[in-house]
Amino acid sequence: MDVQKEDAVNAVAAPEFPAVTLDAARISQLAALVDELTPAELYRVAAWCAARAEQIPVGSTQAKAVGAAEPAPQLTIVYGSQTGNAKRLAEQLAGRSTDSGLPVRLLRADAYPQRELARESHLVVVISTQGEGEPPDDARGLVEFITGKRAPKLPALQFAVLGLGDSSYPLFCAIGRQLDARLAELGGQRFVPLGEADVDFETVTTPWLDTTLARASEVLKTASPALRPAPLHAVSTRTLPSREQPFAATVLGNQRIVARDSERDVRHLELSLEGSGLHYRPGDALGVWPRNPPTLVTQWLEVLKLDAASEVSHQGRTLALSQWLGAERELTRLNRPLVKALAEAGGHTDLLALLRPENSAALATLLTDNQPIDLLRRYPTNWDAEALLAALRPLTPRLYSIASSPKLVGDEVHLTVAVVDYQAHGSAHWGAASSFLADADEDARIPVFIESNERFRLPADPARDIIMIGPGTGVAPFRAFMQEREETAASGRNWLFFGNRHFARDFLYQTEWQDALKRGALDRLDLAFSRDESHKTYVQDRLREHGAEVYAWLKGGAHLYVCGDSSHMAKDVHAALGALVAEHGQLSADAARAWLDELLQQGRYARDVY
Amino acid sequence: MPGMCTEMSTTVSDFEQVKADSRFLRGGIVEGLADPVTGAISDNDGKLLKFHGSYQQDDRDLRDERRRQKLEPAYAFMLRARLPGGVVTPAQWLVFDRIAREYANGSLRITTRQTFQWHGIIKRKLKPTIAAIHQALATTIAACGDVVRNVVSTANPVESPAHAITYAWAAKLSEELAPKTHAYHEIWLDGEQLVGEQAPRGEEGEPLYGTTYLPRKFKIGVAIPPLNDVDVFAQDLGLIAIIEHGQLVGFNVAIGGGMGATHNDASTYPRLADVIGFVPPEQVSAVAEAAVSVQRDWGDRHERKHARLKYTLDRRGVDAFVAELESRLGFALQPARPYRFDHNGDRYGWVEGHDGRWHLTLHIESGRLADVGERRGLTGLRELAKVHTGDFRLTCNQNLIVADVETADRARIDAIVEAHGLDGYRRQSAIRRHAVACVALPTCGLAMAESERYLPQLLPRLEAALERHGLSDAPILLRLSGCPNGCSRPYLGEIALVGRGPGRYDLRLGADFSGQRLNQVYRENVDEATILDTLDPLFARYAAERAQDEGFGDFLLRAGVLAPPPTRSTAATVLA
Repeated sequence: MDVQKEDAVNAVAAPEFPAVTLDAARISQLAALVDELTPAELYRVAAWCAARAEQIPVGSTQAKAVGAAEPAPQLTIVYGSQTGNAKRLAEQLAGRSTDSGLPVRLLRADAYPQRELARESHLVVVISTQGEGEPPDDARGLVEFITGKRAPKLPALQFAVLGLGDSSYPLFCAIGRQLDARLAELGGQRFVPLGEADVDFETVTTPWLDTTLARASEVLKTASPALRPAPLHAVSTRTLPSREQPFAATVLGNQRIVARDSERDVRHLELSLEGSGLHYRPGDALGVWPRNPPTLVTQWLEVLKLDAASEVSHQGRTLALSQWLGAERELTRLNRPLVKALAEAGGHTDLLALLRPENSAALATLLTDNQPIDLLRRYPTNWDAEALLAALRPLTPRLYSIASSPKLVGDEVHLTVAVVDYQAHGSAHWGAASSFLADADEDARIPVFIESNERFRLPADPARDIIMIGPGTGVAPFRAFMQEREETAASGRNWLFFGNRHFARDFLYQTEWQDALKRGALDRLDLAFSRDESHKTYVQDRLREHGAEVYAWLKGGAHLYVCGDSSHMAKDVHAALGALVAEHGQLSADAARAWLDELLQQGRYARDVY
Repeated sequence: MPGMCTEMSTTVSDFEQVKADSRFLRGGIVEGLADPVTGAISDNDGKLLKFHGSYQQDDRDLRDERRRQKLEPAYAFMLRARLPGGVVTPAQWLVFDRIAREYANGSLRITTRQTFQWHGIIKRKLKPTIAAIHQALATTIAACGDVVRNVVSTANPVESPAHAITYAWAAKLSEELAPKTHAYHEIWLDGEQLVGEQAPRGEEGEPLYGTTYLPRKFKIGVAIPPLNDVDVFAQDLGLIAIIEHGQLVGFNVAIGGGMGATHNDASTYPRLADVIGFVPPEQVSAVAEAAVSVQRDWGDRHERKHARLKYTLDRRGVDAFVAELESRLGFALQPARPYRFDHNGDRYGWVEGHDGRWHLTLHIESGRLADVGERRGLTGLRELAKVHTGDFRLTCNQNLIVADVETADRARIDAIVEAHGLDGYRRQSAIRRHAVACVALPTCGLAMAESERYLPQLLPRLEAALERHGLSDAPILLRLSGCPNGCSRPYLGEIALVGRGPGRYDLRLGADFSGQRLNQVYRENVDEATILDTLDPLFARYAAERAQDEGFGDFLLRAGVLAPPPTRSTAATVLA
């Protein structure tokens, strides 16, 4: 991400570069070499340099003796992140640790040199759990390594694990829990207890990070400053818009891009980032701070018989209740803590029963099938405004994969938004951010920030082929990719798999793809429309049909990207890929899986699923 | 296209090249159908597809909306059957009805050429639809394109035994003049033939048409006087059955009729056919084939706007054409026999045939059979088809005859008709029963103004005006067309509106009541208010001054409202 790139360059090229033995020309050369590298790439370079340092024979006995006998007392922060939350938290911790003068290195899980684990002294792992207890794509290898037989004993390790998850799923924070238990099993000592953060992660992570930083300062304070590596986390001197300080982007256009008879509304939004200083790259996401639908806020106030105008103080702030509900609190996502609070406040015994462990499946169904308003209607509860706010999570921003390349659209950023708007339990329901965006008129201002996604990047080598699998709004980043590839005259071939319900209604960006095919910018386009025929066809079916060619492309070095629904599509696509690799690579199922895992590890198979 | 250059170009038109390169109408149709990225086929394949009976269209109401939605136009295909004489069996009807509901837009459209059109068939349904039509022992080949189109004939089937024979001649001509290419079977039917079908066999070729087919469409119609319901003088080749003592003795031959014209282009015009002689039945096939072959060789292949037979005749002269025709035939035509046409409308209600069986003519507004509110024409006809033992006849005025009914079955038929709101013919105003409108918007790519959708708005206003002047029972031929190409034969309407642009029409007046005199432009490019304001005083004079049984068009001429028409606007009559 360009924001971080600037910061990173500042940090590395700054005068306090610690290489006192290098001459100015060498420093300048180094600075030139690392110019434009992303933070993750910079960390990799740093890790590579460190690894090289240990292999240099001169003085090697001493270095090895120190390394083996007494691990360099530094704090290693490793993150595994799918949506960027874990990454951001890890970066926060690294930044604050650096500011506190601690020796720190920050690594994405797949950039972590596994053989160094045995020598690690202080390790913090920040990791999310996906879907049914899966690790994020970038952490698959490390999780396998740590939980596997080849993991080393870790008697000297001090560690702390912060897990992120969603309590709506049965295996909440499973990966965090697994790693925490396993590191202890291998002989490590917890210097901070496991943190388990739910969707409103800040309520857990803010105190956890504070504690971890304090504890890390204690355990590392004896460390020799001479051994400190360069600060690896940048400290920005410019204040760019961020998650906490979003930019108010002007809506330039808001166009429905499905036919009038489509069952769902999908919108193409064009926003202006002009003057924000924000930059993004294809693959990044745009964070959007929504406001809840005004009608929904009114419904809440009516159901709870509360006054919109009443001033309510919560956590040191005083706002009108309508303001709290409209802009500050999560109203559209139901979660376990809210069910619990409601059950207890209203003494609803059947809800309380659902919270018992043996009823977890029923609870999961309840959480999936209802929004909070449905329960409020079904379980009348006398809640005063203060109690209500205490029970509600803070409103969180939503991330949308960016559908444009700045090389083509300049200061604009484009989004593809599926509008969540449906009838259930006899009334209308809305998604907070999608309806907020759908209702945004031209010239409206939307609070946004850039969420970079280093795991979802075009190949650095423009001659590489790419295969893009993006059904539904999952096609968004591929619009960005295609714009970028065309603007940079990348020579690699481009193959898109797209699917949706109906050809005539839901073929997102149809005319753009047709034009790209005619220009030769897009080499292949394979389509699957699930509701056009009696038998449903999906992108994974098309993958299978063209298995031999897909495999040939992959063997030839193609990068593979999947974007869209994580609950079914990504799994089915993964299975289809496994099957086609097995068939056309003449591999066993296990070997095919390993082959794909290898692609994931190499970053040649990237997923942006949600 | 209005205002286009009308100079004849020196090279053959692009269309001619497409035909020549098509390998007997194949082109890239198969590949185009298989392309999943678009609901369309290429322009060139679209030209060839017409020969297979289909036009690519799109819903023009949605065109701009979908462009903004980054979606291609809502492409769909119009499919037209080839039904000689407009005869449909109940079994076929049930299949056509199912196709309308399953593959098309839920309606059946009776055309002015006595056949069905289905609209809104999406690309991937085209093949199964054509296959289903084939299974019903019907076809769509040559329903459109530069070939001999569906051969029409007087719809009322059994006025005399000679009527059945006349229909048989229409069917025979349709069969003989159909293209012989194997492409249709190959593309749509996977090469399959049905029992009894004349299967394409042997070496492929088009002995009559050649590789480039005709320069333009070629229409053949057979009329049995005194009923000119097929508008025989609007056909490229019109055959007027001559029946003496209940026996068909032969046909008068008329050539060079045609309706199409282009706005602001005097080199294009509607023309009525010239009667050039008489032939006995056994010579009809040879005459038709020879007429087609002369037009094939003499027609203009440089400029499609001048490619119809009517322009060939005016360029080369009727005498030269007849001489060439007779030279190719090896015999001369006999002098034309006397005949007389009374009218070109349909006879509504029950009519008894010569054999004591009954025929019920229903008025179908604009020929559209759909289920809309109380009028459930599609369902009604489906119910009729389930019990009817005779057949159905489509008329060139977009109406329908339930033909060949036993006296005892009339009540049952009437009950179904009434239950589905199909009995409008009993009480509708005369002008409504004599109104014809082409499809136009939103599906027709040529339309400049509304037609079928506008008719229900226009009619009550005209009816109100006529009622004010006591003319509710005056049968006035009203014809609406969305463009000047003339599918509704607007140049033969006593009142005709020919579309110029949204909401604007040329008002044409003065045709006769039997399809033998063209009308003339009375007001150019006017809106509805002007049309109504113009007609109202004319209705007033007509009501006050008309003679017994005098038609509105005839009156306007006699009263001097219109100038006497040029000779070529009137069919040369050989009166009985």
